[in-house]
Parts: sequence; structure tokens; C-alpha cells
Amino acid sequence: MIDRTTPVTDEELHVYVDGELPPDRRPAVEAWLASHPEDAARVAGWRALAESIRTRYGPVADEPVPDRLTLDRITRKYRSWGNIVAAAALAAFLIGGIAGWMARGASAAAPSEVALFTAEAFDAHKLYIGEVRHPIEVKANEDHLLPWLSRRVGTTLRAPDLGAFDLKLLGGRLLPSVNGPAALFMYEGANGERFTIYCSRLNEARTSFRYDASGNFGSVRWVESNYGWVVSGPKDKDRLKAVAAAAYDQVESRTPAPSRGSADQLISRRGS
Amino acid sequence: MRGEGDGVSTFRQDIEATIPALRRYARALTRDAETADDLVQDTLVRALRSEHLFHGGDVRTWLYTILTNLNRNRLRALARRPMVTSIDDHDAPDAAGPEFGGRDIERALALLAEEQRAALLLIVLEGLTYREVAEIQGVPIGTVMSRLARARVQIKAYLDGKRPTLRRIK
Repeated sequence: MIDRTTPVTDEELHVYVDGELPPDRRPAVEAWLASHPEDAARVAGWRALAESIRTRYGPVADEPVPDRLTLDRITRKYRSWGNIVAAAALAAFLIGGIAGWMARGASAAAPSEVALFTAEAFDAHKLYIGEVRHPIEVKANEDHLLPWLSRRVGTTLRAPDLGAFDLKLLGGRLLPSVNGPAALFMYEGANGERFTIYCSRLNEARTSFRYDASGNFGSVRWVESNYGWVVSGPKDKDRLKAVAAAAYDQVESRTPAPSRGSADQLISRRGS
Repeated sequence: MRGEGDGVSTFRQDIEATIPALRRYARALTRDAETADDLVQDTLVRALRSEHLFHGGDVRTWLYTILTNLNRNRLRALARRPMVTSIDDHDAPDAAGPEFGGRDIERALALLAEEQRAALLLIVLEGLTYREVAEIQGVPIGTVMSRLARARVQIKAYLDGKRPTLRRIK
């Protein structure tokens, strides 16, 4: 029997249009619409809107999926993330990073700030070196790059000159990090390899150098005067250590950039 | 729930099968093809990366959740910069709906608050249920319903303003 006594609510009209009305209530709503032309017009309007949206955007799902969005491509690019199950150490590293990120600002049991900071630098490295069109936010040749990042990060930043390693500064970007804004500088070599240097303020005053690697990437991190730095690049420990050492010298002791010829010496001197 | 043995491959297959729908949703959400595919890419990267955090349930809803959150973050970041409104010109020519032109739809969607737009699109374009949308947006079903109602009122008001032009074309 059709319930004609309970008035149909506005809410029910939406539920009806979206197909979620319990079947036993449908006849009542349909009867209501038959006798309330204004409501019937609104319902028809909502249906037409839904139809227009589907007509406009529905065909997108039939387009061929661009290469860059296939899982194979994405996995290849971020291969290290696919190996989570296999590489226990990496798993601990990433899970710590993600769990820590989720628990950001939460509580005591979280991984150390420096560990989180390092994981974030690594994530930023992996994310942005794969960007073809937008690896950076502000180009190296724009005068406001350093003043801007310095202001946001809270210290006078200097982007190390890595010309000795054939690495050219592309530019930088600002990112959120565990303890406030972080600056990311990106460098590119002649063959397209990319290095990043990530810096943010930390509560930790000082740590020694530390090398970490996962997948195809490695990083060297240190903290000095409450600022953490992470140099990330392809997994070549000696080279990374040499690049990090050169960056450290320029950033912390304000020494001039090493000349081109000295890079090999640096590698052999610092690398071993 | 994911099975024991073939869990990983099913997980990937489920993701793969959802990509076209994610692109459709992202395109309507952002109204810009490039931005939309960037969002989908970020979503997939995050999904693969946090596979170990996925403990059964519907992969599709999970992916919609990631994408919806990423888009909200993106808009928050944009809000701090000067406003840029992007209407995609490289897209397919206006596929006019039965009543409103495709361009009208884009503009009408652009007017909505982000969570109203997401709720409307998830329901009418992606065909999700109120319950699924509530899960994706992390709100009670009642909130989803009021977002939907407000979205429809706003779009109607906008399109009513345009009605004279539409009549003339018809």
C-alpha cells in the first residue's frame, strides 16, 4: 500500500534521485512528485545535472591511460618502494617515515625527529627527481631563490656550488618538514642524474655524517647548529660522500667551491 | 579482503582497473587535464608506497580517498597564492549535455566549495553510495547529504542565472 500520509522530505528527494531510497518508499515519493510539480521540476533538474556531468566527464574514462600513469612506469620509477616486502631494512625505514608522518605532532613513541627528517628528504628526492616538467619551483637564475628560501627556513642559506662534480644547480623549492619549512635544492649532471640537498631547522643541535641507502638512491645527512642537511643522489657511496663533504665545507665553513679538477681527489680522499 | 597468496597481484590489478575512473574523477574535480593526471600519478605513487598500510577493504574507495585528500592539500597550497582559474581548452570540444553545455558545467563546478564538489562528483559521476562517500570524506552520512543538497542548490542558482541564453540556443 502506498503511504500517502507521510510527507516526502527534501532529503528523500535527493536520496530518490541518487537511487538510495528503500524500494518500499519509492511509490510514495513518485506519487508525491506526480502531485507536486515544483518538486518534480527540481528532481528533473538534478537528473539533468547528473546527466550533463556524466556527458562532460564520462568519456575521460574511455581515453587510453597515458604511459606515465601505468603501474609499470610508476613502479619502475619508484622501484625501491616496491621492494618493501623483500628489504626489511628499507621497510623499517619507510614505515617509520610514513607512520611518523601520520603521527606527526602526536606523541612520544614516534621515530626521532632526525630520522623523520631524513626520511622526508629522501621521499622528496625520489618524488621530485622524477619530475620532468616541474622538478623545481624557482629556478637557480632567479634572484629571489635564496632570499626566499632563507627567509622561510630561517637561516641564511647558500646553495653549494657542485660544479666540481659536474652538477649544475637547477633551482629549489619549499617543502613542509617535521619541524617547519624545508628547502630543497636540485642539481643535475650532464647525463641527467639528479642530486638534491634538503635543509630544515631541527631541535637536534649536531650529529655526525650518516650514510643511508635504499633502492637506487643514497643519502648523506648531518646536523650542525640546529640545521639538518641531507644530500641525496644515485647510490654511489663514495661519490655521495664526496659531494656531501663539499656541500658541508661550503655550507658550514664557508669555504669556496672546490675547483673542477679537485673533485677526483675529493672522492678518493673522503670516500675511503 | 585480500587473499593470502595472490594478495599482492590482486591489489595491483585492482589499482590498475581503477585508473580510468580516477582520471575521470580527477578531471572533473580539477577541470584541467594536466593537473588531473598529476593528481592521479601522486595518488598511485602513494598507494603503491603505502601498500603495507592497506589492510583489506575496497581498493577503489581507498584510492578515491587518497586522491580527494591530495586535491584538498593542493587547493590549500594554491589558496596561499594568487588565484588562478584554469579552464581546460585542450580538452575535447564541448560535449553538450541534454540541458547544459559542458562549459557551463565546468563553471558551475568551479563555484562549489571543494567538499561539496567532491561529494557531488563521487555520487553522480563515480556512482558511489552515500556510505562510501562518507567514508572517503571522513564525515557522517548526514554531512554528505547536506553537501550534496547545497551543491545542487548552488548549481541550480548559477544555471538559472544563465537560463535566458540557454533558452535562446534551444
